[in-house]
Amino acid sequence: MDELQDAVAHALEHARKAGAYAADVGLTAGESFEARVRGAEIDFVKQSRERSLGVRVFYGGRGGLSSATTRTNDLTPRVIAGVAADAVALARATVPDPCAGLPDGGFASGPNDLELFEPCDHPFDTEARIASAREAEASARAVDPRIADSDGSQVDSGWSRIVYGNSAGFLGDYESGRHSLMAESLARSADGKMQRDIWYTASRRLAGLEPGASVGVKSAKRALRKLGARRVPTCEAPVIFDPLVAPSLLRQLAGCLSGYAVYRGASFLASRMGERIAAPGVTIVDDGRRVGGLASRPFDGEGLATRRNVLVEQGRLRSWLLDTYAARKLGLASTGSAVRGGGASTTNLWLEPGTLSPETIVTSTPRGLYVTELIGQGFNPVTGDYSRGASGLWIENSELAFPVDEITIAGNLGEMLKQIDAIGNDLLWLGSAAAPTLRIARMTIAGS
Amino acid sequence: MAGAKRGKSEASVLAPHFGIDARGLESVFATALAKPIDFADAFFEYTTRDAVSIEEGLVKTGARSVEQGVGVRAQAGERQGYAHADEISLESVKLAAGTARAIAEGPGNTRSVALRRPAQPVYDLYPLRQSPTSVPIDTKVRLLQEIDAYARGRDPRVTQVMASVACEERNLMIASSDGTWVADVQPLVVLRVQVIAVSGSRRETGSQGTGGRIAYARLGEPETWKPLVDESVRIALTNLEAVNCPAGTMDVVLGPGWPGILLHEAVGHGLEGDFNRKKTSAFSGRIGQRVASPGVTVVDDGTLPGRRGSLNVDDEGTPTDRTVLIEDGILVSYMQDRLNARLMGMKPTGNGRRESYQHLPMPRMTNTFMLAGQDDPADILRSVKNGLYAVSFSGGQVDITSGKFVFSASEAYRIEDGKIGAPVRGATLIGDGPDALTRVSRIGHDMALDPGIGTCGKDGQGVPVGVGMPTIRIDALTVGGTQG
Repeated sequence: MDELQDAVAHALEHARKAGAYAADVGLTAGESFEARVRGAEIDFVKQSRERSLGVRVFYGGRGGLSSATTRTNDLTPRVIAGVAADAVALARATVPDPCAGLPDGGFASGPNDLELFEPCDHPFDTEARIASAREAEASARAVDPRIADSDGSQVDSGWSRIVYGNSAGFLGDYESGRHSLMAESLARSADGKMQRDIWYTASRRLAGLEPGASVGVKSAKRALRKLGARRVPTCEAPVIFDPLVAPSLLRQLAGCLSGYAVYRGASFLASRMGERIAAPGVTIVDDGRRVGGLASRPFDGEGLATRRNVLVEQGRLRSWLLDTYAARKLGLASTGSAVRGGGASTTNLWLEPGTLSPETIVTSTPRGLYVTELIGQGFNPVTGDYSRGASGLWIENSELAFPVDEITIAGNLGEMLKQIDAIGNDLLWLGSAAAPTLRIARMTIAGS
Repeated sequence: MAGAKRGKSEASVLAPHFGIDARGLESVFATALAKPIDFADAFFEYTTRDAVSIEEGLVKTGARSVEQGVGVRAQAGERQGYAHADEISLESVKLAAGTARAIAEGPGNTRSVALRRPAQPVYDLYPLRQSPTSVPIDTKVRLLQEIDAYARGRDPRVTQVMASVACEERNLMIASSDGTWVADVQPLVVLRVQVIAVSGSRRETGSQGTGGRIAYARLGEPETWKPLVDESVRIALTNLEAVNCPAGTMDVVLGPGWPGILLHEAVGHGLEGDFNRKKTSAFSGRIGQRVASPGVTVVDDGTLPGRRGSLNVDDEGTPTDRTVLIEDGILVSYMQDRLNARLMGMKPTGNGRRESYQHLPMPRMTNTFMLAGQDDPADILRSVKNGLYAVSFSGGQVDITSGKFVFSASEAYRIEDGKIGAPVRGATLIGDGPDALTRVSRIGHDMALDPGIGTCGKDGQGVPVGVGMPTIRIDALTVGGTQG
């Protein structure tokens, strides 16, 4: 056992000594590097090392277990012992619950072949990373003289190691890397009006990143095409989500599929399991074992093996996202979706691509909105009501005609999912959620 | 934390806790300044937090955490280097200083730094006898059980009651190469209530919260928490009757208090120094110009006692201030941290804030509000023929560069012939920052601050903030409903 595994074992031992019926401990150790370049100049460089240990204990009570969590980033043995004992003291103050407790089994086993970490990427080559940000800046500004001052291009590199152990005897350990580059470009028109936009790339491996020059050019082109944006009159029209904004719909849906929202009755889908909730072509998958996936992991926050969960299959609701507690509340089994610190969430989440090219989707839309950016949190998971600020391009006579902004798009997510009438073939992985170009047949657009 | 005197905190008291004395700090700056550095600082933090929540009538779990660390920063021209570690020792701080100074090129001119006597913050906006995180967890559990029992009795349509109480105590010590050496102990509490109500096939939610840099005991008073429950239930039941929100451009009346989030999004972020130094804000270069109607005065004030957005000193050790941003409609000032103030030749305004020792400070808002006007709120409503009356919001966002901002209503009503009509389902309002406040046509005399629940996000960093506003009327704002 090394130092970090020792720390986990030490915490479990002290939880037991303090009277815990069961316990689990998650430890994260990480290193990160961030830098931003503006024009030719470095804006900032940042380096860090972090460690954090969290203890969850279950304490035996009448009719169930009570629980509590504690966390510290001071890993001296004395502090760890104190934190474990404190968790037990805290758990004694809470109320026993028949559904609380560790999983009954099903802990991860077998080799970790998810390709989450490339040893030659660590320690980070900080000069090379800064050079890629410079490349993005230079290439963005070379696209057009209207590309002006910006907030810059940022690179991030991170390495982390997760150690998880519990009183049922499971001890798991994995390393992962994460690298990204984001360029943000600002375009200025002759009348002084400005528009900004971004492009980014992220990967578990440095070699998996899109080159800086290409990221810069894409962000510049996206900003330039927004210049001269105007409002359109209030209307109802088809709305196309580009692959940068379409994943936000999946994330909002996933929040409504969390077992916690379901048993609390805090989701508009709480009573809809097995029903048709989306258009027949819609299949949505969450898979924690996607090789090299940005949210892949061999086991979840409770040590259970991650897996592929089909949430929506050909439009029918097939699965919630469950950890052990929410699963017991609903009389189901965990889907391996536990998040350390509480709750159930997604890993790599995507909507299966269709057959249409994005160009075909636009040319088959006589008049409508092509959305490239959304702002605001205007979504209510309890009702499904949806209303967000949007910008993008207006489609007139089946082609992208002019940029638009200062408008909103509104509907109800339940209706929007059913009205998906075109699915692109351009699934694009930029983060932990991905979706191809999607068209929703009708939404309300509020403008002038 | 052990040994720290409550109330006005002194660096000399905190320094031993962090294990570093004046000579140690001075040697850290000697390390940082071995390169041509304009400015360096070290930020020490020790933060304790606890939280308990109730649902289904059960306080199922509690949480407690301790976070400590140090961040060292060096500035050279526009460049910043930052390194942080969770281990607080002279060695780790010096190592961080060595990393941070790497942004500068060439050898430095060996300078020595003499720290001034540890300073007390000039005022104490949150004198507390007891840290909120030292209040026993049993006390907090009992409060949640009382709240739950009270809420369940309100209405049979209420199917779920959730409540939580979260407490924090942040101990800071900040030392800089200009000799600044200051410490602060910052308490923060928040109580939140959310209910879900069901009627037929309709399901709705209502939520409320309150808090600030105040004693925990204030949350436990029935006159504090009962109104939260009553309001949450009322909003959920009101929303059960809500009709579709209209879509399009219309006159909007915003209620007092929390709707001040309009100011935070429409003008606040755009007036932060970093965006204006980089000329990426829609407000860049507009000081002295009209950006709001006559009568509109907007202030950022970090010196209000006990408020969630208030601080004795900001996270760079600068005392907070009351900064008039817009005076009678004219843009008069930006909000500054030390870096952007230096680069723009302006004075720091006490707005340099960071989420934790893991983050670089940036110009951030504290409590941002509009001063009261003369109008009677009832008259303001009567002045609108057909429009929207929005009284509560769930959040907002702004694109600094284009100036477009949104904020989302969680409780709103139609205005019909100057009277409050049917409640409408939540909708997002969208506008253009430099333009929106020029459409303010009425300003009420009922200025109110929000209840103390706001958190602002910028570049991935969350900090507690406050907002406030009187009832106002804005002409021709775009309302993102579904009813065309």
